[in-house]
Amino acid sequence: MAVPAAFFALFFGYPVAAIVGRGLREGGRWQLGRAGEVLSDPDVLHVLWFTVWQAAASTGLTLLVALPGAYVFARFDFPGKQLLRALVTVPFVLPTVVVGSAFLALLGRGGALDEAFGLRLDTSVWAILLAHVFFNYAVVVRTVGGLWSQLDPRQEEAARVLGASRFAAWRKVTLRALAPSLAAAALMVFLFTFTSFGVVQVLGGPRYATLEVEIYRQTAGLLDLPTAAVLTLLQFAAVAVLLAVHAWSVRRRESALGLVDARHTARRPEGAGQWALLWSVLAVIAVLLVTPLAVLVERSLRTSDGGYGLAFYRALNTLDENGTFLVPPAEAIGNSLAYAAAATLIALLVGGLAAAALTRRAGRLVRGFDALLMLPLGTSAVTVGFGFLIALDEPPLDLRSSWILVPLAQALVGVPFVLRTMLPVLRAVDVRLREAAAVLGASPLRAWRTVELPLVRRALLVASGFAFAVSLGEFGATIFIARPDSPTLPVAVSRFLGRAGELNYGQAMALSTILMLVCAVTLLALERVRAGRAGEF
Amino acid sequence: MRHTVTTGLAVALGASLLAGCGSGGSAEDGKGSKTVTLVTHDSFAASKKVLNEFTERTGYKVRVLRGGDAGSAVNQAVLNKDNPQGDVFFGVDNTLLSRALDNGVFTPYEAKGLDKVPARLRADPEKHRVTPVDTGDICVNYDRDYFSREKLDPPRTLDDLTKPAYKDLLVTQNAATSSPGLGFLLATIEKYGKDEWQGYWKKLRANGVEVVDGWEQAYNDRFSGSAAGKGKGDRPLVVSYASSPPVEVLGKKPQPEQAPTGVAEETCFRQTEFAGLLSGAGNEKGGKALLDFLLSRAFQEDLPLQMFVNPARADAKLPELFTRYGVTVDDPATMAPEKIGEGREQWVKSWTSLVLK
Repeated sequence: MAVPAAFFALFFGYPVAAIVGRGLREGGRWQLGRAGEVLSDPDVLHVLWFTVWQAAASTGLTLLVALPGAYVFARFDFPGKQLLRALVTVPFVLPTVVVGSAFLALLGRGGALDEAFGLRLDTSVWAILLAHVFFNYAVVVRTVGGLWSQLDPRQEEAARVLGASRFAAWRKVTLRALAPSLAAAALMVFLFTFTSFGVVQVLGGPRYATLEVEIYRQTAGLLDLPTAAVLTLLQFAAVAVLLAVHAWSVRRRESALGLVDARHTARRPEGAGQWALLWSVLAVIAVLLVTPLAVLVERSLRTSDGGYGLAFYRALNTLDENGTFLVPPAEAIGNSLAYAAAATLIALLVGGLAAAALTRRAGRLVRGFDALLMLPLGTSAVTVGFGFLIALDEPPLDLRSSWILVPLAQALVGVPFVLRTMLPVLRAVDVRLREAAAVLGASPLRAWRTVELPLVRRALLVASGFAFAVSLGEFGATIFIARPDSPTLPVAVSRFLGRAGELNYGQAMALSTILMLVCAVTLLALERVRAGRAGEF
Repeated sequence: MRHTVTTGLAVALGASLLAGCGSGGSAEDGKGSKTVTLVTHDSFAASKKVLNEFTERTGYKVRVLRGGDAGSAVNQAVLNKDNPQGDVFFGVDNTLLSRALDNGVFTPYEAKGLDKVPARLRADPEKHRVTPVDTGDICVNYDRDYFSREKLDPPRTLDDLTKPAYKDLLVTQNAATSSPGLGFLLATIEKYGKDEWQGYWKKLRANGVEVVDGWEQAYNDRFSGSAAGKGKGDRPLVVSYASSPPVEVLGKKPQPEQAPTGVAEETCFRQTEFAGLLSGAGNEKGGKALLDFLLSRAFQEDLPLQMFVNPARADAKLPELFTRYGVTVDDPATMAPEKIGEGREQWVKSWTSLVLK
C-alpha cells in the first residue's frame, strides 16, 4: 500500500498540485479571479463546447455502429470469430497518432479517397468522428458483447410465449439487462473521446481543438501557463465527475442477472436476415477498421516514382541533412521499446502492489484508493506531461534531463490497466491455500511462488502486455517530456507529419506501420494467454 | 516450475532492455568540452564545409539540435531555462525576442564583429544578451504562372488581398505557432493600427484565407508556385519571404529571365533573427566561440544560400542568385521588440478567435 501511495503522491498528486499552484497563484497569493476570467472567455467556452459536442457525437456514432457488431459477436458462431475479435481490438491499443495518420492517409489531401473520388475530409469534423469510432469500436463490442453473450436467450423466448411482441420482448428483457453495460461502454467512450489528443492534433488542423489539444497549444505554442493550468483543472473536474458516474454504474452492473456460459448462447446464423446482418457487420468492420490500416501500410510502401518498395523504411536508417532528429529515426524504435519495457516494469510493480493491498483489505478508504488509482486513465496525459515539466525541475527531484521521466509518465497510464486485470484474479485466490502451504512449512516467499504465482501468472502476463502496448503508444505526456535527441515512435511520427514533403510523409507512414505491427503482435499474443475473464478490458 | 521460468525470462528481458537505455537520452552526452550544442528550429541549415571550418578554427564540433518551428523552439528554451538543452540558441526573432529576454533564457556576451552589424538590427544594446545573425522580409509571394494564365494582375498591397478577384487564393501560417504567420499579422497591425486590423482580418477571412500550422506546410504543400511541392498546391498566394523567389531558381538550368514567383512588395514585415548564449550552458567557452563564428564572414556569406535570408553583417557579400533574382524591399513594416512584447499575446489571442474559431 505504501509504495503505490507514495508513487501516486509523488508522480501524480505533486505535479497536478504544481499546475494548480502555477495557474492560480501569483506572488504567493491565490488568484481565484483568474479562473473566472479564463472560464468566461468565449474562446475557452468554444473549445469546451466543441470538446463536449464531439465527444457526445462520437459516443452516439460509436454505439450506433458497434452495437450490431456486439450482437453478432455475442449471438452468432462463425469460423474465424476469435481472430476477428482480436482484430477489432487492435485499433484500441494503437497509438492515437497512428490512428490520426491512418485517417490522414485515407481522407487527407492526396489521400486514398481524394485520388479516387476527389473527396477530402481532413479538415472537417467528420474525420475526427470517424477516427474516434474506429478507435472505440472494440470498447463497445467487448463491454456490451461480453455481457450479451452471457444473457440467457430463453428469457426473451419466455416473454414471447407470454404474448409480448418481438420488439417489446427485446426492450423489456434484453435491453433492460444490457442497460448498465451500455451505460458503462458509453461512458468509457465518452471519456476517451473527451480527452482525445493525438487524433485531434493530427486531424483537427489549426481550427479544431479539444481541451487536451488546447492545453498543449497554450503551453507549447503560446507559453500561457496560467490559462493552461485553469484548463487542466477544468478538464480534471469533468473527468472526476465522469469517473464517479462510471464507478456508480459499475456497481449497478453487479446487479443479479441470470448469466449462463457464453458457449451455449452463440449459434450459427439462420435464415437470410441473420446472414445479411452478419455480412453487413463484417462489411462495416472491413471498411471502417481494416481500410485505414491497409491504406497506412500501402502508403508506407510507395516510392517516389509511383512504384512500390521499401525506400521509406530505408530512409529511416539515414540521418537527413536538415533532419528533425539528431539520430536516425530508426533509433526511435529502440527508444520506444526500452521506455515501454521500463514503464511496464514500474506499472507492474506499482499496480501489482496496489492490487495486493486492495485484496487484503476492504473498507471505504481502500475503495477510495481504488478509484484514485483509476484517475490517471481519465486525466489528460498532457496534464501529466505538463505537470512533470513544471514540478520535477528542481533538486532533489530534478528529473528533466533524466530518461526515467518518460517511463514514469507512461507507467502512470499503465497502472490502471494492471490494476483492473490483476484485482479480480487476486481476489479469487483462496487464502486457505497459502495458509496450508505455510502450515506445511513453506517460507512466505516460497508459498507465494508455488501457490499464488501459478494462479495469477496469466493475469500478470496479460497485465504486462496491456501496460506495454499502452506505454508504447503513449503520446500526450511523452511529447512534452521526450528530449529531441531521444524521440519515441509516436513523437517521431508526429514530427514527421508536421513537416512538408513526400519523404517525411512516407517515413511517418512507415514508422506508424512498424508501431502498429508491434502493438498488434503484443495484442494477439495476449489473446492467446488471456484467462477466461481476466479484468474488465 | 516451467511457468516460473517463463515469467522470470520475461522480467529479465525487460530488465536487459532497460539497461540498454540507461545512457541514452541524457543531456550529459554533449557536455564534453569538445562539442558545442546549437539549439535551433527546423529551418536552420549550414553547409558542412562551414561547420568543418569552425571545427578547424576552434577544435569544437557542432551538434545541432532542432526542436520544431521557431515558436516551439523558443518556448522549449523558456521551459528548459537554467537546464538548457545546449549551449547556444539560434533562431529567436524580433517578434518573440521579448519572451526569451523576459524569461532570462540568455546570458550576456558581446560577440566579435558586432560593430559590423548596422545599428538598426541590434537589440538589447546595454547587455548584449543576443546577437543579430540574419534578417529577412516576410511578404506575400505569388505564383506568376497562375496570374498570367488567369490574365489577372497579382496583388501588390494588403488591401488588394481582400478584393473579390483574389478570393480563396491566399494561404498563411498560424500566428500562434509560426514566425512568418506572426510577422504577417504584425504587418497588418502596423499598417491598420490598433483599431482597424481586426476589421481587415474579418475581410480577409470572408475572402477565404486558409490557415495552416507552419511555413513548410504552407509553402511546399499548399502554394502552387513552389518547385518542391511539384505544383500540387492549389493556392497561388502564400505568406513567405522576400528571398523565396531566388530559391525557386536554384538549380534551374538554363537560368530563367525572372523567378517563377514574385513578391507583393507592400505586404512586407522586416524580421531579424538572433542567437544567444543559453544561461547555464554546459560549455560556455565553446558557446562563445560559436557565437563569434555565427557573425564571422565565412558563416555570414554561407548563410544566404542555406537559409535564404540576408546576412546581418553589412560587409558580407551576397551571392549572385540574390542580387539577380532577389527583391529588395524598400520600406517594410517593422516594430520595436518592446512594442511587440507588450501587445503580442493579446493580438495573437484576438487573431485566433477572429480567424480560426
